[in-house]
Amino acid sequence: MQVKEKAIELLSSGKVSRVLGWKQGEFCYDLTPAVFESAEEVERSFVFSPLAGANLAKYLIAESRKEGVVAAFLKPCDSYSVLQLCKEHRIRRENVYLVGVPCEGTVDPDLLRENAKGLTAVREAGGTLVCDTLYGEKRVDLSAVLLERCKVCKSKKIVVFDELLGENGEENPQSTRFAAVEEIENLTPEERYAFWQKELSRCIRCNACRNVCPACSCETCVFDNAKLGTDNKAPASRFEEQYFHIIRAFHVAGRCTDCGECSRVCPQKIPLHLLNRKFIRDMNTLYGQYQAGADEESLPPMLDFRMDDCEPSAARGGKQA
Amino acid sequence: MKKIEKARLPELFAALNETAALYLPADRDGVAAFTRWQEGVTLTEKLNTVRSAKDLFFPQVETLANFKTQGGTIEIEDAARQDEDFIVFGVRACDLRSFEILDRVFLAEPQDTFYKARREHAAIITLACNAPEETCFCTAFSIDAADPQGDVTAFLTDTALCLRANTEKGENLLAKLPLSDGAESEIAAWQKQARETLEKLPIQLDLSGFTGERMMELFNHPAWQPLSEACLGCGTCTFVCPTCQCYDVKDFKTKDGVQRFRCWDSCMYSDFTMMSAGQPRPTQKERFRQRFMHKLVYYPMNNEGIFSCVGCGRCLQKCPIHMNIVKVAKTLGGERDA
Amino acid sequence: MQVNGAWQPTIVAFCCNWCSYAGADLTGTNRLAYPANVKIIRIPCSCRLNPLFILRAFGRGADGVILCGCHPGDCHYTTGNYYARRRMTLLFSMLDFLGIERERTRVEWVSAAEGAKFAAVMNDFVRQITVLGENKRLEDFRCK
Repeated sequence: MQVKEKAIELLSSGKVSRVLGWKQGEFCYDLTPAVFESAEEVERSFVFSPLAGANLAKYLIAESRKEGVVAAFLKPCDSYSVLQLCKEHRIRRENVYLVGVPCEGTVDPDLLRENAKGLTAVREAGGTLVCDTLYGEKRVDLSAVLLERCKVCKSKKIVVFDELLGENGEENPQSTRFAAVEEIENLTPEERYAFWQKELSRCIRCNACRNVCPACSCETCVFDNAKLGTDNKAPASRFEEQYFHIIRAFHVAGRCTDCGECSRVCPQKIPLHLLNRKFIRDMNTLYGQYQAGADEESLPPMLDFRMDDCEPSAARGGKQA
Repeated sequence: MKKIEKARLPELFAALNETAALYLPADRDGVAAFTRWQEGVTLTEKLNTVRSAKDLFFPQVETLANFKTQGGTIEIEDAARQDEDFIVFGVRACDLRSFEILDRVFLAEPQDTFYKARREHAAIITLACNAPEETCFCTAFSIDAADPQGDVTAFLTDTALCLRANTEKGENLLAKLPLSDGAESEIAAWQKQARETLEKLPIQLDLSGFTGERMMELFNHPAWQPLSEACLGCGTCTFVCPTCQCYDVKDFKTKDGVQRFRCWDSCMYSDFTMMSAGQPRPTQKERFRQRFMHKLVYYPMNNEGIFSCVGCGRCLQKCPIHMNIVKVAKTLGGERDA
Repeated sequence: MQVNGAWQPTIVAFCCNWCSYAGADLTGTNRLAYPANVKIIRIPCSCRLNPLFILRAFGRGADGVILCGCHPGDCHYTTGNYYARRRMTLLFSMLDFLGIERERTRVEWVSAAEGAKFAAVMNDFVRQITVLGENKRLEDFRCK
């Protein structure tokens, strides 16, 4: 347990005053992000496993504004979010100590539970998850229960760290993460409309996608503004759902690192990442390759322009009728 | 006791639907939800729906009244109440208990006539559990998931669906269906096995510490801070919860008038119960505390000790950061420190 | 919008104060005609147009939304319309991605001197939306 030992070492040496990590839950998969203040606490309930899916970047906004240095463990995806937030001056870099942790993919608890009904405990054994369930032991292939974002992992590179546990990985230009977007683009407008109606109509406006998003870090969201009349809490008409999701994705265009948290947390399993990826793909093709959070210097496409940018009339979101 | 072979379930659903509109848990794009039955809709394999059966009685959004303006006059149009019977099939024991909890809120004076109309027009067919999941903890609330009540109780064994009427409404309903006679004994073994599994559920909660006398002690408990620390302030737990009943009443300006509607609200939201003086619960800690204090302390104080949680486990599965009532109850109950 | 029992499209035109809004004025003073279906909303610069406005216009009954701004290079604030161009490109692409008719939204660059162009653009846009018919895919049915 390298990660846990590192957390204990950082706290007992006094290098940091707090550690941001994942806390043991009732089962193997319900880990809660938590701040640990002592080595004893870490010893007792700190966990790191392929089930530690939560991206901790957003918590650093508040944590880095508190007294003392906070340490955080970053998977490659999370490191992109952290660097992006540093770039936006949301995280105070001097107050955080970042430990990079290589990642071989995180597990979708829902998929795992479907494959192992009554799941209580799990241990990893070379690419296989050995699960204890209410109904006996069950073996599940790790690759079969990965989160969507991990199946099409864009990068195993940790882009910002003070210390690295193990070897840093590489970007994966072969990632097929835009394949699903292309698939939808190849539908007719009628089919695309039907697809999104079907998906978005399940939305219950719980706002989990917005609240978990590291890029959604506004102090007051436009959708919490009663005076603007945009604060409808429920999808009272199908317009609301589209309205909310289009604007949500638009507001993070150019800042979204494609960490996949929005889809991970959706209780209704709406593939929200596809909206974000559509924007990323459009920006890549129209304004040049850009990866949010990959560096601290480059100008994001939505804060930039060229004299010879294409006209909006050229914008196409897919095959035409 | 009546029964029908498992293979003939579509026939049963069609017959039920003949008597009144039938809703049952079915898979919709991989997500189980209470669905209006039509030819081809089959019962989900999943244990329970993502959104609870509460939706059918207290929908997420409903219109209360319409105001139409014309010249200098305003016409007020009351919204229609449910006036047709409907049947809900496949309600689990936990969701059934939630109706009792909601009844105490909505049917207390002044009665909520929208809710009341739906309750009166519904026939509930419960479905007994024999394969609970690890997130189930209905046993903590003395719910017998292997033998729920409702108008009719259904038991789905390997070969047949057995039905037992519990009320007169249920008797009348069963009389209209193409069923053969069965015996109580046929499900005895099934029920015994189900109860054995239920006894072994991993979550065992001791809720004896949540009493009215300890209200202030619990309210001021230092553990609320660490417990709520990771809370994102989304409404997932409240919206999938079968017993959460808070709503907001809002006006929507339509083309030629105003539509007054109510929609679910969540105590986890930053603008919940917002007043002109501001937000009475300024940080997530207070909002988080409110939810669990309500379920475990305030509600039981007002309702003869009945907790407003049914142990369905939805929040355990759906919370994005996996903070839930079980962790809260165990922490404040003193079993584990925060 | 129903006029004498027949459907007529409602068009919302967001016009930049420094060019197209004056262009619309010029259309009038030149006694050129453009359809009354067009409702103009003046904005200080094309880049003031929040995508929320466009969706809101559709939600509340618009059948087409058009943004008119200064020609690229002529922005009163030097670069506003360049940003607007990128934003609208992405937004329109997204609407198309969601299956909402691509032809319902448009951006045109109209200067204060182009009264005739303003009339021509509006005439053409209204014709296009009339052919397309009522906005059904991005409407809030409560506003009907």
